[in-house]
Amino acid sequence: MRHLIDSLDLSVAETQEILDLADRIAADSAAYAHCADGKILATLFYEPSTRTRLSFETAMLNLGGRTLGFAGAEQCSATKGETVADTARVVSCYADIIAMRHPKEGAPLRASMYSRIPVINAGDGGHNHPTQTMIDLLTIRQRKGHLDHLKIGFCGDLKFGRTVHSLVNSLVRYPGNEFYFISPEELKVPEYLIEDTLKPAKAPYHEISSLEETLPELDVLYMTRVQKERFFNEEDYIRLKDIYILDQEKLNLAKADMPVLHPLPRVDEIAPEVDADPRAAYFQQVLNGKFIRMALILSLLDLTDPVTGKKVFLC
Amino acid sequence: MLNVESIQNGVVIDHIPAGKGMDIYRLLELESKTQSVALLQSVKSQKYGCKDLIKIEGETLPERLDILGYLDSQITLIVIRDGKVSKKYHPVPPQRLVNVIKCKNPRCITSIETSCDHIFELSPSGRYRCLYCNQEMPVGR
Repeated sequence: MRHLIDSLDLSVAETQEILDLADRIAADSAAYAHCADGKILATLFYEPSTRTRLSFETAMLNLGGRTLGFAGAEQCSATKGETVADTARVVSCYADIIAMRHPKEGAPLRASMYSRIPVINAGDGGHNHPTQTMIDLLTIRQRKGHLDHLKIGFCGDLKFGRTVHSLVNSLVRYPGNEFYFISPEELKVPEYLIEDTLKPAKAPYHEISSLEETLPELDVLYMTRVQKERFFNEEDYIRLKDIYILDQEKLNLAKADMPVLHPLPRVDEIAPEVDADPRAAYFQQVLNGKFIRMALILSLLDLTDPVTGKKVFLC
Repeated sequence: MLNVESIQNGVVIDHIPAGKGMDIYRLLELESKTQSVALLQSVKSQKYGCKDLIKIEGETLPERLDILGYLDSQITLIVIRDGKVSKKYHPVPPQRLVNVIKCKNPRCITSIETSCDHIFELSPSGRYRCLYCNQEMPVGR
C-alpha cells in the first residue's frame, strides 16, 4: 500500500507515469468511467477548500466510485478531541482511500501511520500540497513540452506558500532548472528549502524583489496569493498582500510562450485582464486537477489502467 | 578531589559540558536503572577546563546512548570490559531522535495531537528537522 504525503514520495519515473496517465485520461475520460466502481473516497477536510475537495470528489465520481466525508473541522469528531490517528483508523473501516486536508502540518503523515487504506495529502497547513504539485508539473509539461532546463520564477508568498515548496522539491530533480524567488523580505523561501533541497542538488537560485526585472528571463512564472490565514498579525497581512500584481503591462515584458501558473484562488495578484492572454495557464491547472486526481486515485487503489491494461506502479 | 572507584564492566560518559550531566542522566533515564551509576559534576579537565562525567557499571549498556551524539560532539564514550578500555569514541549524531526535543512549531500536528511522539530526523545539511512539519528546531545543545 502506498500513500502520497509529499510529492517526493513518487520517484521521477513514477511521477512521469502519473503525468502520462493523466494525459491519457484527459484524452479519453470515458474509458476510465468505471475503473473505481464500488470504491469509496473519504474526503476529510478539516479546513475550508472549494476547489480541492470538489476536484477530488469529481475525480472519484468520474472513475465510477463514490465519496463521503466532511468539509470543516466543526463537522467531525475533532471537536470532541478525537486525534487524527483515531480518525484515520475509523475511516479505514468505511472507505477505500482518504484525501485529507488539515491546517496542521504533518497531519496527513500522522494519518498515514495509522490508516489501513491509502492516504493522499490534500494540503497540510503551509507545508505540502503534493496533488497541486502534480497538477503544476502536468501543466508545465503540457505548455513547455519538458520539465528540465527551465528558468522558473516563483512570485509572492514564498514563505507560507506550500505549493511553492512542493513544486521546488520536485523540479529540482530535473536537470538544468534554475529558480528565481521573487518576494518581499518577510515572505522569502524558508531556509530549509535552500539548505536541504537547492544546495545539495547544486541547483542555481536567485532571491530577488523585482518582478519586472526578472520577467524577461523566465520560461515559467508561478504566482501565489499572500494567504491571510497564514498570518498571526493582520497588520503584516495588509502591508504585504498587494505587493506583487501581475497585469498586462508587466506581462508584456515576458517571453511570448511563458505560461503563468497560479494554484488559485487568486485575490488581486493577477489582474483579470491577464485571463485573456494565451499565457494564462491557471484555469488549465484547474482542469488538470481533475485528471491528476483521477490518475492518483486509480494508481493508489492499485487498479488497472483500462487503456494500457497495466497497473501504473507497484503499490 | 573526589574519588570514585573504577568500574570493571560498563561505560564512562566523559567530557560532558559542565552542568549538562544531570540532563543526560535524565535523558538516558538512569534513575530507573538498578545498576550502579555515578554522576560527577564540575570535574577538572585539562582539555575543557571543567566537565561532568557519568560512570555506569554493568554488562548492558544504556539504551539511547546514540542521542549523546546529538547533544554534544565533544562527549566521549569509553566502554570498559574487564577493567580495561575496550572502545573509546565520540558518538555519531543519530539519524532519528524520538522524544528528545519537542517541536515548537505551533502549526505542527504535534502541537495538538495527543500521544504523538516528537520525531526529528537528520537532514542532508546536518540539522534536525521535525518529521511532521520539517521545522528546524533551535536547540540548546
